Amino acid sequence: MSGNNWLKWLSAVSVMFAAMGAANAGQPINMPVGVTDISADVFDLHMIAFWLCVWIAVAVFGVMFYSIFAHRKSKGHTPATFHESTTVEAIWTTMPFLILIALAIPATTTLVAMEDTSDYDLTVKITGYQWLWHYEYIDEGVDFYSVLKTPRDQINGLAPKGDNYLLEVDKELVLPVDKKVRFLITANDVNHAWWVPDLAVKKDAIPGFINEAWAKVHTTGTYRGQCAELCGRDHGFMPIVVRVVEQAEFDQFLADNTTLLNDGAEYAAVAE
Amino acid sequence: MSTVATDDHHDDHQESPYSIKRWLFTTNHKDIGTLYLWFSFIMFLIGGVMALVIRTELFEPGLQFVDPQFFNSMTTMHAIMMIFGVVMPAFTGLANWLIPMMVGATDMALPRMNNWSFWILPFAFAMMLSTLFMDGGGPAGGWTLYPPLVLQTGDALPFVILSMHFMGLSSIMGAINVIATILNMRAPGMTLMKMPLFVWTWLITAYLLIAVMPVLAGGITMLLTDKFFGTSFFNAAGGGDPVMFQHIFWFFGHPEVYILILPSFGVVSSIIPTFARKPLFGYASMVYATGSIAFLSFIVWAHHMFTVGMPLAGELFFMFATMLIAVPTGVKVFNWIATMWRGSMTFETPMLFALGFIIMFSIGGFSGLMLALAPVDFQYHDTYFVVAHFHYVLVPGSIFAIIAAVYYWLPKWCGNMYNEGLGKIHFWLSTIFVNLTFFPMHFVGLAGMPRRIPDYALQFSDYNMLATIGAFGFGFAQLLFLYLVIKAIRGGEKATSQVWENAEGLEWTLSSPPPYHSFTTPPVIK
Ligand code: HEM
Ligand SMILES: [Cu+2]
Ligand SMILES: [Cu+2]
Repeated sequence: MSGNNWLKWLSAVSVMFAAMGAANAGQPINMPVGVTDISADVFDLHMIAFWLCVWIAVAVFGVMFYSIFAHRKSKGHTPATFHESTTVEAIWTTMPFLILIALAIPATTTLVAMEDTSDYDLTVKITGYQWLWHYEYIDEGVDFYSVLKTPRDQINGLAPKGDNYLLEVDKELVLPVDKKVRFLITANDVNHAWWVPDLAVKKDAIPGFINEAWAKVHTTGTYRGQCAELCGRDHGFMPIVVRVVEQAEFDQFLADNTTLLNDGAEYAAVAE
Repeated sequence: MSTVATDDHHDDHQESPYSIKRWLFTTNHKDIGTLYLWFSFIMFLIGGVMALVIRTELFEPGLQFVDPQFFNSMTTMHAIMMIFGVVMPAFTGLANWLIPMMVGATDMALPRMNNWSFWILPFAFAMMLSTLFMDGGGPAGGWTLYPPLVLQTGDALPFVILSMHFMGLSSIMGAINVIATILNMRAPGMTLMKMPLFVWTWLITAYLLIAVMPVLAGGITMLLTDKFFGTSFFNAAGGGDPVMFQHIFWFFGHPEVYILILPSFGVVSSIIPTFARKPLFGYASMVYATGSIAFLSFIVWAHHMFTVGMPLAGELFFMFATMLIAVPTGVKVFNWIATMWRGSMTFETPMLFALGFIIMFSIGGFSGLMLALAPVDFQYHDTYFVVAHFHYVLVPGSIFAIIAAVYYWLPKWCGNMYNEGLGKIHFWLSTIFVNLTFFPMHFVGLAGMPRRIPDYALQFSDYNMLATIGAFGFGFAQLLFLYLVIKAIRGGEKATSQVWENAEGLEWTLSSPPPYHSFTTPPVIK
């Protein structure tokens, strides 16, 4: 293929990537930094790994593209005959190894921190059902179900879709700010996974198992997530909403909701 | 050596290509290779249509076309078709066509079993597809078949499991045949370390298949007994353990993903030296790298299960082991580039697909490295980021390598050249659309879109729309491939024995097309 053709096609490819950029009318394209120290660490690790990959790619593909342009028959390049070099092989086996060690260190530190569920202030038991969540503040005696609130008409295109389409629930999980909250996660029918990106918490909810996770949110606000393990027909329709509030407001919430205990009756059939 | 090209006293076995009996009863490696490759293409169309159903539903937010349950069975079936029906049979087809020619044999070692291992497949897949019409619909629990969800499948479940047993049986027989051929049928002088890399990578793949297909068979049989015979292997209420299935599945599943890529490494290692007009750099290290990848593939399975709640020590072990795979994978890529370095390159269609493979497979390798980091995988897992990862390694990875192989060896197989200009257009269309489809999936995945959902929140809409447009473009571009292949089979410029200026290897010493029985007298190996 002539150099001209190459340019034509390469520009087509660039136009394509430009189109992807242009399509980004303010829609998010990256992982959220989140609202806990852990989520920020995870984000940093993600970006370190990302840029590492980018630079390795630039270096490796740079050499490759140089070769593609310089060492071509149409330029009358005659082929060399070398096909071995133990030194070179040793270098490009060791180098990646060292880079990986450098990456493994922060990864290990973050992982160890994430798995440390000691010294918590509050425990919430989370149970996944087909297709809703149940929350229980174990020591406070408050529990309730949380179900998708988006009206059917919006899903079926009979009504305009709201801002939080598919990411809104009837009763939000309310948590106090700056407190270490431990989640005990399980399921009652099939596997689910409880995931809130801003908290960097994703843990499978598995019948017969109780998994642990935790979050200490440092900013009040509403954070949305979804079930992240295929759980059947309405897997796409069991969102999670966490509202993080000041301690006083949280206490008020608990006081107001001790009665919610019985409110779950309408879902009792599912719960059994 | 070229005198072996005509061997008449065996050739009369070849019946007319239009006789059904020839194809049904054939024990010839080339006929069986052809059957495998066409079967794979038909499955590619069926699996592709399923993908387009998925992408159509995801074109914009809201439920427009399909019921969520049917959507789930489309994602499940699409994966099963593509993995077991497209990539694996295509590789077996290539193995059938090429391995006897590459090692200087007449045919495969076990020709009757070869016939059987192919003819199981149409029945297995007919059964699998028929489940879509059963009460309760097709399987909809994902190709990973996790219990308890998969046990909610309706009438389809036993048929799904039986057909997967058949697929496994077929792969195991294919693998046994490859091993028997490579170990016993090499021409005198063809030592192991002289074998072309395609033969090496397939030898290792065949061992992986024999090691892990029975594990899958065991796992799905336990599902069957849990459902129908009152056992509780995976039922917590009965004292069982649903996570154990995931361990069994991924002990099969991770080596399986290498089964889906190792033969591609062999293909690319054949193509790059030809068009760079320079011998492959680091042949021995390529062999060792393949061996190490195969070994490591057995000790990384739980990187698919970081979120199930393993002990810290387990998570660390699987994270480190997974990161290690990047080393031999990197060695492969570096060797290919060193092969091109100071070569004398030309860019015929097979070379373009091979170069596309190197770049885009590496993109999938990079996201693989990111996924290996357990703390970040908690964010990536089960999102579109993972979907982007495995599609980069499988579509512009495995599928591109298969397409490259077809362009590269087609003139040898049918004796005619394909249309080079159209071939290049096929490459560029495929490359543009494959990126348009899968690159945006990284974005929506990172931004929080879970996988396996039929409807999504509004902030994911733009990139989903792009992905759908890309998917249709990619799908239609493959019709051009079909046209090109049929046209070359029907006629066209005659190919020489060597086909490509610098092609090396025994297959290029045979005529194009080669005699029905490849080497009836052993070739002389330099
Ligand atoms: C550098 C090499 C690679 C690494 C480090 C790697 C790593 C990973 C990890 C950690 C996951 C799990 C992600 C998650 O679910 O959270 C994954 C998923 C996957 N990978 Fe890779 N990978 C590599 C290469 C490959 C190759 C070569 C293939 C196949 C050709 C492949 C196919 C897949 C598939 C199909 C899945 C998704 C399975 C599923 O959940 O359905 N990967 N990979
Ligand atoms: Cu779910
Ligand atoms: Cu894996």
